[in-house]
Amino acid sequence: MITKVTTHISPNERLIFERSQPGRMGFSLPPLDVDEAPLDEIIPREFQRDDKLAGMPEVTEVDVIRHFTRISTWNYSIDQGMYPLGSCTMKYNSRLNEKVARIAGFANLHPLSSEEEAQGALEVIYELQQHLAEITGLPGISLQPAAGAHGEMTGIMIIRAFIDARDGKEKSAQRRTMLIPDSAHGTNPASAHLSGFTVKTIKSTAEGLTDLDHLRELCAHGDVAGLMLTNPNTLGLFERNIREICDIVHDAGGLVYMDGANMNALVGVARPGDMGVDVIHLNLHKTFSTPHGGGGPGSGPCCCTKELEPFLPVPRIVAQTSVSDDETDNHRLKSGPLRLDFDYPQSIGRVKAFFGNYGMMLRALAYILTHGRDGLREATEAAVLNARYIANALVSDYDKPFASDPMHEVVFTDKRQARKGAHTLDIAKRLIDYGFHPMTIYFPLIVSGAMLIEPTESVGRLELDQFIDAMRAIAQEALEDPELLLNAPHSTRIGRLDEATAARKPVLRWKPKESHSTAAQS
Amino acid sequence: MRYIPNSPDERAEMLQQIGVSSMENLFDSIPADLRLRRSLNVPDALSELELLKKFDTTATRNPAANRISFLGAGAYAHYVPTIVDHLISRSEFFTSYTPYQPEISQGTLQAIFEFQTLVCQLTGMDIANASMYDGSTAMAEAVLMAERVTRRTKVLASSAIHPEYLDVAHTYVQHAGIELQHCAYSPEAGTTSHDLSNLDEKTAALVIQSPNFFGCIEDVQALADKAHAVGALLIVVVTEAMSFGLLKSPGACGADIVVAEGQSFGVPLSFGGPYVGLFATREKYARQIPGRLVGEAFDTKGRRGFVLTLATREQHIRREKATSNICTNEGLIALASTVYLETMGPRGIEAVATQCAQKAHYAARKVSEIEGFSLPFSAPFFNEFVVRAPADASTLLKKLANEKGIDGGIALARYDANRPNDFLVCVTETNTREQIDNLIDGLKYLTTKTQRHEAA
Repeated sequence: MITKVTTHISPNERLIFERSQPGRMGFSLPPLDVDEAPLDEIIPREFQRDDKLAGMPEVTEVDVIRHFTRISTWNYSIDQGMYPLGSCTMKYNSRLNEKVARIAGFANLHPLSSEEEAQGALEVIYELQQHLAEITGLPGISLQPAAGAHGEMTGIMIIRAFIDARDGKEKSAQRRTMLIPDSAHGTNPASAHLSGFTVKTIKSTAEGLTDLDHLRELCAHGDVAGLMLTNPNTLGLFERNIREICDIVHDAGGLVYMDGANMNALVGVARPGDMGVDVIHLNLHKTFSTPHGGGGPGSGPCCCTKELEPFLPVPRIVAQTSVSDDETDNHRLKSGPLRLDFDYPQSIGRVKAFFGNYGMMLRALAYILTHGRDGLREATEAAVLNARYIANALVSDYDKPFASDPMHEVVFTDKRQARKGAHTLDIAKRLIDYGFHPMTIYFPLIVSGAMLIEPTESVGRLELDQFIDAMRAIAQEALEDPELLLNAPHSTRIGRLDEATAARKPVLRWKPKESHSTAAQS
Repeated sequence: MRYIPNSPDERAEMLQQIGVSSMENLFDSIPADLRLRRSLNVPDALSELELLKKFDTTATRNPAANRISFLGAGAYAHYVPTIVDHLISRSEFFTSYTPYQPEISQGTLQAIFEFQTLVCQLTGMDIANASMYDGSTAMAEAVLMAERVTRRTKVLASSAIHPEYLDVAHTYVQHAGIELQHCAYSPEAGTTSHDLSNLDEKTAALVIQSPNFFGCIEDVQALADKAHAVGALLIVVVTEAMSFGLLKSPGACGADIVVAEGQSFGVPLSFGGPYVGLFATREKYARQIPGRLVGEAFDTKGRRGFVLTLATREQHIRREKATSNICTNEGLIALASTVYLETMGPRGIEAVATQCAQKAHYAARKVSEIEGFSLPFSAPFFNEFVVRAPADASTLLKKLANEKGIDGGIALARYDANRPNDFLVCVTETNTREQIDNLIDGLKYLTTKTQRHEAA
């Protein structure tokens, strides 16, 4: 029985361009208060726009409010309930953190304001850096990367710069292999490639862990620059040989990069720095609850050992040690304690203009301070407990390919349901009818028909039970009436979309009707 | 912890139900010697009241946020209509994930489709993606894309591009086998020199910014012709997206890839981020574009919807052969820009752009009338311009801030030690005539005061 939801009316709404009416206006501006110069005198005619921005919508404020309010109701969101996307950590996004990010003294601060006049902003960066260093056990930090993949690229470039400096350019050119497990996120190989590495894939064992023998074999050729490892891995399993893995890579002259996507299983419980990891990225938009916003913004801080610190992006935010003179006024200015430091000659360089996604840093710091030392661990425990609760409950109805106990997320497969023709995609789509956002599907790639479930700590037992009931009911439906799954979802405003045609003949923007029909004819 | 629904009792019951004797035992798969045997050295939890007080107090140590400001250079203080923040703060938008399940993500998908369309309209291009991190990384990705499209490895970037953008591009290409060279700008005009001796058949792309870092408008068409003559692409970077409201679109001038910082459209300054990178190109390069794309699709009943499409370019499918490593982009900020642009409409964008240009030119006229001050560049500009002061600009600007409460601009010495007296002034629709007049009076006062001081 579907208990979490019922159907209700869903408003229709066209594209804003199809709503546009000439002459409608949604803005107001004060009158121009300076002497107006003829436009041609200030900007030559040939540089002026002559298309009147044709095609942009003309609507009123009310139109805009209704437009976005209507289409917003077509989205599922965390605030509606459990969003069990594995490896995405969809936890509650606190409104308090939103309020903090909107404090005028931060929101209206220009990034090129003088350091003395922006000490508060720099303090936030500095304090967050300190907390993240403590949480990861890695003291060198840059908050510049804008997302997880950006942090990965930064970390891998740091490894490359370190090896170049250690071995010299010539010898280091022989070390261009990056090892990545077959269960890794796709961003890992893509980031390694961007840093000029060739990727070699490490196999996983039947147990779902990194194959140590294969790792040793790959490390035997002297060409390994590093290993990119997610821990807990993308199967939700802690790599219990992590220390040995790090030793093997280190002994072979390589460094260990950890993808911190799954840090929600570790905060306050174990630290990558204590495991032998050299560099890690965090996802503030996962572990530290900054909102995903329908696909971003993220923030992907890069944390590393003392040894790698000189290679971090510039500018670094450092504590001031000296007091500067203002000679012209001939009195000593009291300099603030923090400043930007560009003087890191071995730095990989800048990875983004300004300082990174600052607004996300404010939210993450507010998250950490709201939880405090005990709350951070409590959240980790609750997240792992919720995942284990699901793992325990669903094992009777779904194939669980790895026997070990998972951490914060658990993988199941469609093996039992597929016999009757219902596959992972169908199970996921049917879950929508039960009022849940589906889990991550078909990832990791090494598990056929994978369903990766991460409840996070933000779900209560009642809703966990509803989810478990829904999954069990779907398993039953898969046996008795697989058609019900194959055509799901049944309750949404649109059904499954024809993605193949969409990719074959891509329509990536709206165009006025006339050009639409000519395009169709041609 | 108030964000965790299950009470301690419920958690204890759940533990019992799954047959685990204690919380600590949940972590048995982590070897004991790797577990943290102490509490994190993080402060004790703060209540909501305490937390807000802390951040409110910290914010007071950012006096620059309250100043009358003429700072630009990649981040612009434009007015944001109230409804922008209201709409992006709806739970359905800000607490949803990347729209991987289209049946329950149509709100986000349709908004991105509208965003892509608006970016095409503004830039004059055929297609646009769902966003990049910001303008600087969008430019770096454009350089990488030019190499993929042309299979050439030399890229020529104008020295009149924002220095931080150039820095980012150098970081991105350092291991990509791309040789990133700079081409000079004319010290008189302030625009990219048309004498491009190193633009040749090996060049993948010429990269220019317009209006450029100095605010000067480049002759995009002429530079496009030069690039195309040797088979290179023209990449145009725009940091002040409001200029699209008044200036001929790069697409209409022959650009092949247009990237921009979208912060001007409804996004707060927020000390440099999160902003949103715009990325647009020609239709023929659709399969080489980095990042996500949303396309139109239909269900079996013929109902229109939108989906993420052409995903075979992306990292989760192609892995190391992907067009980029980007995954998470700037979804919510792209939404803010979409709401902003739709609220303002074509007439609103044009009106704001016009006010920016008129006010900036008023300020430039006034400042050039001050004795000892001049405008070193002759090229036309939009809303930013370089001023040459009679003395060290950093010192002057610091005094202007301290004594008059005005942030008068950005000293170019920050980026170029050879320009000690130059500073970059930006004027937007939010600056009133009174503020501009105060800036002029402040500059006058401080320079005459210094002269008096020196004479005495």
